[in-house]
Amino acid sequence: MAHFTKATSVKDWFDQRLAIDKVEKVMMSEYWIPKNINFLWAMGMVLVVTFTLLLVSGIFLLMYYQPNVATAFDSVNYTIMREVDFGWLWRHVHGVAASVVFLIIYIHMFTGIYYGSYKKGREMIWISGMLLFVAFSAEAFSGYMLPWGQMSYWAGMVITNLFAGGSLHADGLVEWIRGDYVPAQAFLNRFFMLHVLLIPLAIMGLIGLHFAALRIPHVNNQDGEEIDFDAESKKYLAGDKAGSKVMRFANDFMAKDMMVVGIYLIFFFYLVFFHYDFAMDPVNFDPADGLKTPAHIYPEWYFLWSYEILRPFSTNIGLIAFAFAQVIFVLLPFLDRSPNTTPASRRGLFKIWFWAMLVDMIVLTAMGKLPPEGIFSTIGLVAALTFIGLWIVLPFITKMEKKA
Amino acid sequence: MKNNSRRGFMGKAFGAVAGIGAIGSLYAMKKSWDPLPSVKAAGFTTLNMDDYKENELVTEKWRGKPIFVLKQTKEMMEKAKANPKDMDRLIQIGDSHFMVCVGLCTHLGCIPGYNPAEESFLCACHGGMYDFTAEVTKAPPPRGLDIPPFKIDGNKLVLGEEGPEYKKMLEAGITLKV
Ligand code: HEM
Ligand code: FES
Repeated sequence: MAHFTKATSVKDWFDQRLAIDKVEKVMMSEYWIPKNINFLWAMGMVLVVTFTLLLVSGIFLLMYYQPNVATAFDSVNYTIMREVDFGWLWRHVHGVAASVVFLIIYIHMFTGIYYGSYKKGREMIWISGMLLFVAFSAEAFSGYMLPWGQMSYWAGMVITNLFAGGSLHADGLVEWIRGDYVPAQAFLNRFFMLHVLLIPLAIMGLIGLHFAALRIPHVNNQDGEEIDFDAESKKYLAGDKAGSKVMRFANDFMAKDMMVVGIYLIFFFYLVFFHYDFAMDPVNFDPADGLKTPAHIYPEWYFLWSYEILRPFSTNIGLIAFAFAQVIFVLLPFLDRSPNTTPASRRGLFKIWFWAMLVDMIVLTAMGKLPPEGIFSTIGLVAALTFIGLWIVLPFITKMEKKA
Repeated sequence: MKNNSRRGFMGKAFGAVAGIGAIGSLYAMKKSWDPLPSVKAAGFTTLNMDDYKENELVTEKWRGKPIFVLKQTKEMMEKAKANPKDMDRLIQIGDSHFMVCVGLCTHLGCIPGYNPAEESFLCACHGGMYDFTAEVTKAPPPRGLDIPPFKIDGNKLVLGEEGPEYKKMLEAGITLKV
């Protein structure tokens, strides 16, 4: 039987029952981080902080929001914005965070691609990260329905129609998802449930998986060097802190992380107080009307690139291209055939691939915002084909790559 | 040994019961998301076809969806007669011909706008176009606007009921079932 002694302190009392010392070591002071990293490795912590901001602001919005087609619009635009003290703050924090979180996710993703942090044992980190991206996309979409404005309604109409699968005409599936022939009460209610419960739960589970996937391979570093974490941490614990290639997660790395988080929060609250409008579509300040489509329907900026891949093609090809774009990043660890985990700058053709992909996605994003006419259609089409082409050539150019 | 096989049996028995339970609850979950009977109890909308003016688009409502009604002009009828694909889509009531369609783009469901001067529809979402019988003239929409189930009743049109004229259209593949 476990043996308990009289506690010598409060800490000891807890330690005997919860092994807090051991837990602290495993999670913090003896979780080892390479020294050779830069500020881009702080993006994960920035994401945790942003998710917390979404959670806290969301809880406050939830206290006045009403998931009813007759009252939803006013509960947001009148009650929360005008009546509730500081209601505007929660709404602006929530809206800005929902937008900025995608900016950080994209930086985090492209950092991973640049440094090759998705291979040699880090595949599960990448895959769980992409699942988080999917979950956040679903979370943002379901949240966008809630104010029940014109953009909510018509984005809901267009996106749920994607599930008809073009010529498959799976209208039954679309009606099942909506619970009605058109987005209406059943639709708003179930997307409310998804937004405030099921998807946030899934996100929290996935964050756990993402962190668990990091434990064994540890984070990558600026040179993609394979570090012997056992040997290096022994060196550190033996007192050779300067000679060791690693440092403690807390407080060493946390101090740097929090520095970046601090700068980020200044930028974040600058947006919340002075530029929240970029996260609020003016069209969504008109209440939902099923008999009138707004002149231009486009998604929030973070979905524009994949939307632009859908747009230039006929329905079926467009859907296939869109589905391709949604899943293809998950397969990156398997499509990159090179054994090298060095940064893209030292990988020959892959360096060109990396920058071409980044620029192409920015072009797609810009074209997605512009009306689908004339030269914009053409540029959009070329960029969409480039996107697909880049993924097709990836296995070949990485296969040819020399061993570094 | 004996113990082991007994545990094995208990495991399998539990698995079987839990499996049935899981399938059952998935079924219940699926059904809970189905449209409610009150939603499904098809709304019927009756239109009085004497009320419409030539080349003036009117938007009615049926099952929450916008319904376009466009009375054809003489010129339109001439053009339509030259093009059987157009002619087949029209509904004749008395001496007049009408285009009656669900006003949702067959691409992804936006509402196309009507331009009476050009006698055509433009969908602003992805640039699809339709002519005055709502037949598609420019992609991405894969087909003309769908025609709702209708029944002709004198000078009235009942939406939601399937009359012989509608059934013929459905069989000829002029519209999909909505
Ligand atoms: C558990 C966490 C969350 C809760 C409880 C929550 C709750 C809510 C509520 C009640 C609303 C409606 C009020 C409004 O429109 O301002 C809302 C809106 C929204 N949420 Fe969340 N949310 C959470 C997390 C997230 C996350 C992680 C994202 C995005 C990645 C997100 C994106 C959005 C968006 C885009 C809107 C629409 C905002 C607007 O139009 O003002 N939410 N959320
Ligand atoms: S919804 Fe009309 S063209 Fe796409």
